[in-house]
Amino acid sequence: MTSPALGGEAIRIADLYTAFGSQKVLDGVNLSVAKGETLVVLGRSGTGKSVLLRHLIGLQLPDSGSIQVLGEEITSLSGQPLYDMRKKVGFVFQNAALYDSLSVVENVEFPLGHLTPMTPAQRRERAMEILAQVGMEEAASKMPADISGGMKKRVGLARALALQPEMMLYDEPTAGLDPITSGEISDLILKLQEEHSLSSIVVTHDMRSAKAISNRVAMLDDGKIVYDGSFEALQDSENPFVSLFVQKGGG
Amino acid sequence: MSPEQEGVNGKAPSPSFLEWFGELGAFVAKLVTSTFTRPFHFRELLQQMHEVGTRSLPLVLLAGASTGIVLSLQTRESLVRFGAKSLLPVIIVMTILKESGPIITALVVCGRIGAGIGAQLGSMKVTEQIDAIEASGVNAFRLLAVTRILACVLMLPLLTIMADASGIFVGWIANTLVEHVSLASFIKEGFKGVTFMDFLPSTFRTAIFGFIIGLVGCFQGMRTKGGTEGVARSATSAVVISSLFVIVADVGLVRLIQLLSRP
Repeated sequence: MTSPALGGEAIRIADLYTAFGSQKVLDGVNLSVAKGETLVVLGRSGTGKSVLLRHLIGLQLPDSGSIQVLGEEITSLSGQPLYDMRKKVGFVFQNAALYDSLSVVENVEFPLGHLTPMTPAQRRERAMEILAQVGMEEAASKMPADISGGMKKRVGLARALALQPEMMLYDEPTAGLDPITSGEISDLILKLQEEHSLSSIVVTHDMRSAKAISNRVAMLDDGKIVYDGSFEALQDSENPFVSLFVQKGGG
Repeated sequence: MSPEQEGVNGKAPSPSFLEWFGELGAFVAKLVTSTFTRPFHFRELLQQMHEVGTRSLPLVLLAGASTGIVLSLQTRESLVRFGAKSLLPVIIVMTILKESGPIITALVVCGRIGAGIGAQLGSMKVTEQIDAIEASGVNAFRLLAVTRILACVLMLPLLTIMADASGIFVGWIANTLVEHVSLASFIKEGFKGVTFMDFLPSTFRTAIFGFIIGLVGCFQGMRTKGGTEGVARSATSAVVISSLFVIVADVGLVRLIQLLSRP
C-alpha cells in the first residue's frame, strides 16, 4: 500500500506501562500514527496487542504513560468527554461483538439511534448504505447467530463506521477466517481506508493481511516494540524475534 | 480506574467478601449519579418494564393463587378447630396483603428476573457486547443497569398488587367450594378493618425488593468473568444473593413498618 498524504499525528503513545498483577503486559511502549496512516501491530497471541488497542479508547487504563488520540490525552478523560472521544473512533472487535438480540441492520443502527438525532427512517437508510459498502445489505434482516464469521466481521466493521469516525481500530480482523475470506476482509479494510481517509491501527498476526493493508508495521514482543518501520524492511531486521516471526508467518 | 474503564481485562483474582461489598458500594454510587443525569433511555426502560412486569405476570398470578388456596385450606382447618371460622376471610386478606403477596412476588421475580438479568448481562460481558456499547460512545451502565433496576423498582409493587388480588380471589374460590359464600360478602368480611396502612407500606416495600433484585442481577452480570461457566455462575449467584437479601430486607422492613405505623 502506498503512503497516504500525512498531516500531523492521530495517535501518540509514550512510555506506556501496564501489568496484570505481576505480569507485565506493556513495558514502555512508544508508538505514533500519522493522520491517514494505517499502522499494523504484529505480535504473537497473548502479547498485549489487544490490550494496547483497548487503551486507545479508554476501555482500559495504563499503569503509567501517555496516550494522545486525535489531540486529546485519553488517560485523563472520564465521563461524557470520554464518550464524546469514543464517537470519533470506530472499534472492530476480534469476535465482532455483535449485539445478539438485534438484527444485522439494527446492530448498525444502534449507535445512530443512541447518539444522533436521526429519525428511524434516516437511520435505516444510513445503516443500509453502510451495509452496502461492506457487501452485507442482503443479510440486513438476519440475526448475528445466523451469519458466518466473515459476515460478522463485516457487520462489525459496518457498525464501527456508522458514526463516520476519524479513526479505526481493528482487533484481529482476519483471525479465525479462511484465507479467501481473510483476503476479502483485508481488501475491504483497504477500500474503506481509501474511501474514508481514516487513520487506523490494525492488530493482527496475519502477515498476508499486514502486507496488504499497512503503511507501516510495528512488532510487539514481551511488552516492547521491537520493530517499527515498513513491511518490506521487516525481512531485513536483525532482531531474532522479528526474523522468526517473518519466517514462520510466511512474510 | 474510572467507572467507564473498569472490569475489562478479566485477569484480576476473585475478590474477597469485603471487596465484593466494596465493589457493590461503588456500583450503587455509580447508579445514584447515573440515574439522575442525562441521557435517559426511556425506550429501553419501557422494554425492561415489559420484560419484568408483563412477562412475569402469569407466574406471579399463579404464585399468588397457590398462596390463596393453601392459606384458605390450612387456615380453615385451624379456625374450625377453635370455633373461629368466621375470621377466615380477614385472615386470608390480611396475610396476603401484609406478607404472603409481597414476599412471594419478590421471590418469584428473584428467580425469573434475577437469573435473567445475571445471565443476559453476563453473556454480553463475556462476548464483549458491553465493551462494544462503551466503544461506540454509549454509556453501557446507564443503558443496561439503570433501566433494568428502575424497571424492577417500578414493576414489583404492581406485580404485588396483582398477586394479592389473585391470592384473595382464589382464596375465596377455595373457601366457597367447601362452604358457599358470595364473593361480595367474602370481600366485605375480609376487608373489614383493613386500612391503607395495612396495604400501602407492605405493597410499596416491594419497590425495595425490586431494587435489590435489579441491583444484584446487574452487578453480578456486569462483573462476569470466565466464559460460559462464568455466565452460569452469575445467573445462579444473582438468584441466590438477591433472594437472601430480599428475605433479610423483609425482616428489617416489617419491623420498621410496625414501628412507623404505631399510633
